[in-house]
Amino acid sequence: MKSREYQQIDPQALPTPTQTPLPHHHQADGVDRRKEPRTPRRKWEVFPGRNRFFCDGRLMMARQSGVFPLTLGLIFLTSGLFFMFDCPFLVKHLTRCIPAIGGVLFVFVLITLLQTSFTDPGILPRATPEEAADIERQIDDTGNTSYRPPPRTKEVLINQQVIKLKYCFTCKMFRPPRTSHCSLCDNCVERFDHHCPWVGNCVGKRNYRFFYTFIVSLSFLTAFIFGCVTTHLALRAQGGKGLVFALQESPGRYPYMPNVFKLSLTHLFTAVELAICFFSVWSILGLSGFHTYLVASNLTTNEDIKGSWSGKTGEGVTNPYSHRNIIINCCSVLCAPMPPSLIDRRGFLPADESAQTSGVDIELPNLNNKSEINVCTQGTKGLLESAALSPLLATSCPQGKPQTALPCPDNSPALKSDPSLELSQRCGRAHPNSKTYGSTSPPLRTNTGLHKHKRAASHTARLTFDPHVSPDGDHGSKARGHQGTKFATLH
Amino acid sequence: MAETHSLQDMRQQAAVAAKVFIQRDYTNGTMCQFQTKFPSELETKIDKQQFEETIRTLNNLYAEAEKLGSQSFIEGCLACLTAYTVFLCMETHYEKVLKKIAKYIQEQNDKIYAPRGLLLTDPIERGLRVIEITIYEDRSFTR
Repeated sequence: MKSREYQQIDPQALPTPTQTPLPHHHQADGVDRRKEPRTPRRKWEVFPGRNRFFCDGRLMMARQSGVFPLTLGLIFLTSGLFFMFDCPFLVKHLTRCIPAIGGVLFVFVLITLLQTSFTDPGILPRATPEEAADIERQIDDTGNTSYRPPPRTKEVLINQQVIKLKYCFTCKMFRPPRTSHCSLCDNCVERFDHHCPWVGNCVGKRNYRFFYTFIVSLSFLTAFIFGCVTTHLALRAQGGKGLVFALQESPGRYPYMPNVFKLSLTHLFTAVELAICFFSVWSILGLSGFHTYLVASNLTTNEDIKGSWSGKTGEGVTNPYSHRNIIINCCSVLCAPMPPSLIDRRGFLPADESAQTSGVDIELPNLNNKSEINVCTQGTKGLLESAALSPLLATSCPQGKPQTALPCPDNSPALKSDPSLELSQRCGRAHPNSKTYGSTSPPLRTNTGLHKHKRAASHTARLTFDPHVSPDGDHGSKARGHQGTKFATLH
Repeated sequence: MAETHSLQDMRQQAAVAAKVFIQRDYTNGTMCQFQTKFPSELETKIDKQQFEETIRTLNNLYAEAEKLGSQSFIEGCLACLTAYTVFLCMETHYEKVLKKIAKYIQEQNDKIYAPRGLLLTDPIERGLRVIEITIYEDRSFTR
């Protein structure tokens, strides 16, 4: 085996004919013994990205969604104040249509916001180990044998234009055109537009239309409320008194409040409403205008910011995805058939695959994350489980130790031939994500110590036997650590 | 899915010799299309024409799924008017075609691929990125 340190996946680290069903069964058994409730697990429970799932995987959003409640709060606050204080006056003096229009807009905004936040934005599932190895092989075949620097690219021709596809080291694949890896969610998202903290989700291929409808309807709603509030004040001011007086005068309608409060409270409310609307209306209108331009030219925010097709990078660069017709572009972005979600969130994990094939399944950081993810279903149970597992895992990552302890029945032939092979065979199914977990800021509370340990372990591993054990390798067998206590005792 | 079942059946009975991946073809944009280039690994296993026929049919089906036409336009407008809530209770055009594709793949597996010790995996299970063709070692394997 040639040693290639840049190699992400060892092509030989895959199930070969020699080690087919037996180890599967063995390990599957191991897993089953550990999991006391033998209920089948769903795929969202082991999803490698930084996402939060609700209602047993039906809904999902980014894990960091701190601003989303603020968005909801602002919408509710402004609309609530509008319906409480402005609507009654305007119904009396103008028309009954105002609360009706406001209500429809409000419901529309709310539904589209929730849809944007809770739909899968178009996440691409990570490559299976076999697929990743195949890509690896292709890179080796096509490229020269000398050292190839990590930023790997592949060039494809799209509508007579050369597009560079970048290799995603987390997802172990060449990102399809227009796909980008969201660093906040740790997923590759198709037709990635941007990660929107306001909606608490990425905006991509599947939820862009929701997002666009959301901002357009929101700009209508804010403009409408702004207009109504201004009219309200103008009508009150009409009686010959100034605007300031109108602001102070409005409480007259609420006789059930004590006099002192009437004045200051309503004054405050109207001012708040006016301020929120005034500041948001321009930014939201601007945003809708910008996105209308993007839709009409079939661009994404990401491409626009990078200036991918603006001619900066070279002569004659135009957007290869544009249909050269505004109407067709709009239709293709907003009315194209809704693409399916590619991550089968609600699908069940096959019993043997959870241990072996898919590799995404039993993964250390995920286990700890579980406590955060299982909002709806597992709750405290998951917390307890992960708490119980953590100490065991912490001591069960002795990658630097000899492989003989690995409970794999047929590791001996492999051992004879090449120790590193066996190691990497075991590690090949490692979680593609683990590298990122190790290198980014630790988002998890429980495993900071674990991280240190991991690094140390992986270091030893590389020094001891195999300079090209992939960085994920160590995590792979560690992940399996919780299957048996053998690992723990080894240490 | 029945497809997955047969995959698992096969996995139990025969050893996997290799896997071939048919990559996406992006020449016409980001539509879901697969390369029709015949992989050399399959040369001894299957007819080139038969293979290309399968891929071409799949490509046509995917093109149908993503086609921009009056039907998709009406569906899109209707969905937009209902704030996209209609997606929650309606099977979209794409999903219908995906079912057709799953059926087609299973049919092809049963008729052509399984007797030759091959197995197509539905691309939806691989994120529509590749068509995975598993080559099984046992040649006498039939189903």
